[in-house]
Amino acid sequence: MSDLLRREPHIINCGLSLLAEAAREQAARVTQVDWAPPMAGTEDVLVPVLSDPRRIAANALAVERMLAVRAHLVDVAPAGATLGLQPGEFLHAGPPVSWDRAAGPLRGALMGAAVFEGLAGSPEAAAELAGRGAFTLAPCHSLSAVGPMAGVISPSMWLFVLEDPATGQRTYCSLNEGLGKVLRYGAFSPDVLERLGWMSGVLGPLLATAVRRHGPVDVTAILAQMVQMGDEAHNRNRSGTLMLLRDLLPSMVESGGVPGDIARAAAFIGGNDHFFLNLSMPACKLALDAARDIPGATMVVAMARNGTDFGIQVSGTGDEWFAAPALTPQGLFLGGYGPDDASPDIGDSAITETAGLGGFAMAAAPAIGALVGGTAADALATTRRMYEITLAEHPLYRVPALEFRGTPAGIDVTLVARTGILPQINTGMAGKVAGTGQVGAGLVTPPAAVFPAALRSLARHTSHNQPAARV
Amino acid sequence: MSAEHVEARPGAYADSVTLMRVSADVRQAGGVQAALIAMATELNLGLLPEMGFRPPPDAGPNHLLVAVRASDDAALAGALAVVDTALSARALSAIGGASLAQAPPHTTAAAVRAGGGGLALISVPGPYAFAEAMDALEAGCDVMIFSDNVPVEQEIMLKDFAAQDDLIVMGPDCGTAIVGGVGLGFSHTLAAGPVGIVAASGTGAQQVLCLLDYAGAGVSAALGVGGRDLSAAIGGRSARAALAALDADPGTELIVLVSKPPAAEVAAGLRDFAASLATPVLFALIGPGEPDLTAATETAISALGLPVPAWPRWPGEAPDAAHAGFLRGLFAGGTLCDEAMVIASDRLGPIRSNIPLRPELSLAPREPVLGATGAGHAMIDFGDDELTIGRAHPMIDQSLRLERLAAEAADPAVSVVLLDVVLGHGAHPDPAAELGPAIAAALASGGVAVVVSLVGAASDPQGLGRQAAALQAAGADVFASNAAAARFACDLIEGAR
Repeated sequence: MSDLLRREPHIINCGLSLLAEAAREQAARVTQVDWAPPMAGTEDVLVPVLSDPRRIAANALAVERMLAVRAHLVDVAPAGATLGLQPGEFLHAGPPVSWDRAAGPLRGALMGAAVFEGLAGSPEAAAELAGRGAFTLAPCHSLSAVGPMAGVISPSMWLFVLEDPATGQRTYCSLNEGLGKVLRYGAFSPDVLERLGWMSGVLGPLLATAVRRHGPVDVTAILAQMVQMGDEAHNRNRSGTLMLLRDLLPSMVESGGVPGDIARAAAFIGGNDHFFLNLSMPACKLALDAARDIPGATMVVAMARNGTDFGIQVSGTGDEWFAAPALTPQGLFLGGYGPDDASPDIGDSAITETAGLGGFAMAAAPAIGALVGGTAADALATTRRMYEITLAEHPLYRVPALEFRGTPAGIDVTLVARTGILPQINTGMAGKVAGTGQVGAGLVTPPAAVFPAALRSLARHTSHNQPAARV
Repeated sequence: MSAEHVEARPGAYADSVTLMRVSADVRQAGGVQAALIAMATELNLGLLPEMGFRPPPDAGPNHLLVAVRASDDAALAGALAVVDTALSARALSAIGGASLAQAPPHTTAAAVRAGGGGLALISVPGPYAFAEAMDALEAGCDVMIFSDNVPVEQEIMLKDFAAQDDLIVMGPDCGTAIVGGVGLGFSHTLAAGPVGIVAASGTGAQQVLCLLDYAGAGVSAALGVGGRDLSAAIGGRSARAALAALDADPGTELIVLVSKPPAAEVAAGLRDFAASLATPVLFALIGPGEPDLTAATETAISALGLPVPAWPRWPGEAPDAAHAGFLRGLFAGGTLCDEAMVIASDRLGPIRSNIPLRPELSLAPREPVLGATGAGHAMIDFGDDELTIGRAHPMIDQSLRLERLAAEAADPAVSVVLLDVVLGHGAHPDPAAELGPAIAAALASGGVAVVVSLVGAASDPQGLGRQAAALQAAGADVFASNAAAARFACDLIEGAR
């Protein structure tokens, strides 16, 4: 029986404000909901999706699985052997895209990677080969991998290998090259390629030895500490990078490697505030992969961009991508670059926001808000706003400024469609001309259209004409 | 030469009541010939050509439509300034000035996380109500759905879902409730007492509540269940939940179940269910052979051991100029309309209506002038879904009824017009101020008498006595009992024969 007559009356008013006023005049406690109509074109599909009898239990299971994952760094190894990637095959960020439609930064990264792999003598020759269809492109996500910005992975590159010890599931990500003129931002100059060579020849093997010697590194535990140290694990990874170095340096020193190599590796890692991003991302993917393929679940399991399109994948709709043209971030620019130099949004790194970090943990990293002239109060407001569109609060990622409340995690497509609130993403900005490199950093959202598209597909996947039920 | 501005503003939203107020403000600005400030729904876009505006391209329900025609450019600029001021004042009050203040929640679930559970009161447009109600139920809230135009299959899904979690769905189209002493929707502040109400009828419940108030009998709670709850499709799902909740409430000694005409098998099932409860249940089901609301209330008062009072009546100041002719009922309350039809059809013969007692008496509600169609006696429920799409309930917006009153008074075939006026929270702040002059004008035309049933409680913000006096001064015969008003209207017609 309902407790309606036994509770202290608290009216939650969703709709006409005059009804709230009348209740307040009678001294009732009233909370007003700031309601607005759902995204255009979703009212008809919201009903079948919300009344899908599987939804509530399916989302609960998706959340449970996501939160149960512990990501351990267990190995560092070449992509060719690890993923079975053959010469001429390249992975890239975001949903599938052809060379013809590829954005400048992705083209630049593919050109540089082809030269790096010895498939072409120059970036120009590589572009010509790519234009003739000589290369095979596939999303990183299709092979359990993620890549920041262009996200290009070729067989000779070394990967971090992350594993959930409870399930044995694995995810992969390349090693971070640093900021500025780097391949992932579309640069392919000789110094870029030289650095890649050193990373595959020295850094990768050294890290592999250190990780094996040290044993698994608990990346999830480092992420939990980062959030309490001013990092949101997307655009700011300073404390995470230093904690990783703290954990691995003794084993690197003991690895028997050349002291000069170890010194350069330690300086490279410690001097690159973003080094840990390439561990944060596969840790987030590992958590979200656990929530995939649950029929009826409306939780987003991937957000990814290729510089042309922004795509999302949803638990209840398998590997289907819902994509729309990517937006261009707003933010601050390096040197003489300006808004006209920036490529549309690119990279798999929005996997961090999908898992409750990045823009969703902005309240933990108010310094990031300054990228768009925001205040610490704005950073708090951003995280608070994300609770409106998420299914859970992450029990490990706790924000000091919010009284150690867990970050908002697990984006619900139905909540995005109902509230019109779009996920907040912190991101770097690549130059739109191939070969440029990084031009800035800022904030961006997905194009709104991907959420109604996902909702329509969820509606097609519902099991219907049964009353909604709890499991 | 006039000046015109049509615009669809993206990302701006305000509820329809607020926008209707803004539209009204703009129309009163100097030199304004036509104005529509509304969300760009299909319906509102459809209004534009009628008003001589060309609909803006690409406008959709998430755009705020601003369409103004004024006598010249200066008047137009002034009118647009009024629009901006009206909307920005609202925006400013919503922001509240403190940048660190937590933003208001955008969903019921978010509101529950911030402020705890309770009763969700949902009044968003009908097509959006399901999502909000489902959200509230998932968050563990009981739900009152004030919205109408919610499909019946959605009502069934919500009520079945609620039953699994021991929650109540009051509505859709639940206009009235009293919970914890707080009147919700169209309601009243009444003394606490032993009577619990379950109502598949908003104005029917208000009639019973106001009569109980006059008799000095207090109320423990009034749980609306939605006007369709006792239909065959819904089968009394929420009525059972509400009866059970009141039965378990130690403050409730007597339950009165009020309903629009129910499906016979549903009524029978509820009588069986009521018989299994510890608390006695009185039924006030509108229909032939059933006691009217006043009679059922009198039975309840007697059952409590209280004296049944003489119900208030404020006779018209002029002698009634009734002549033989037809009765017109122009109602804001559907149940009050039903009750009047049951009484009048017994005395005068068939009554045609947009909510007919029998299907063959059906009347299109917008038929221009009833007498001209040879309709005979007729009553219109202006609160019916079809007449409230895109506009406020007639208890708030009386304009359709006022127009109709003038038209009926001008019809020589019509001799008596019967109106209801419902006071209380949520209703028009001063209905007699608009109705009084309209009634006086109708009477001045010489052809009709006007009878009013005035449903109000002593503490209503409009002032029961003041409203009665104003209507009486306009020349109407005013009754606190709707049944008594209907009988008096019949008396006038029969007496003139």
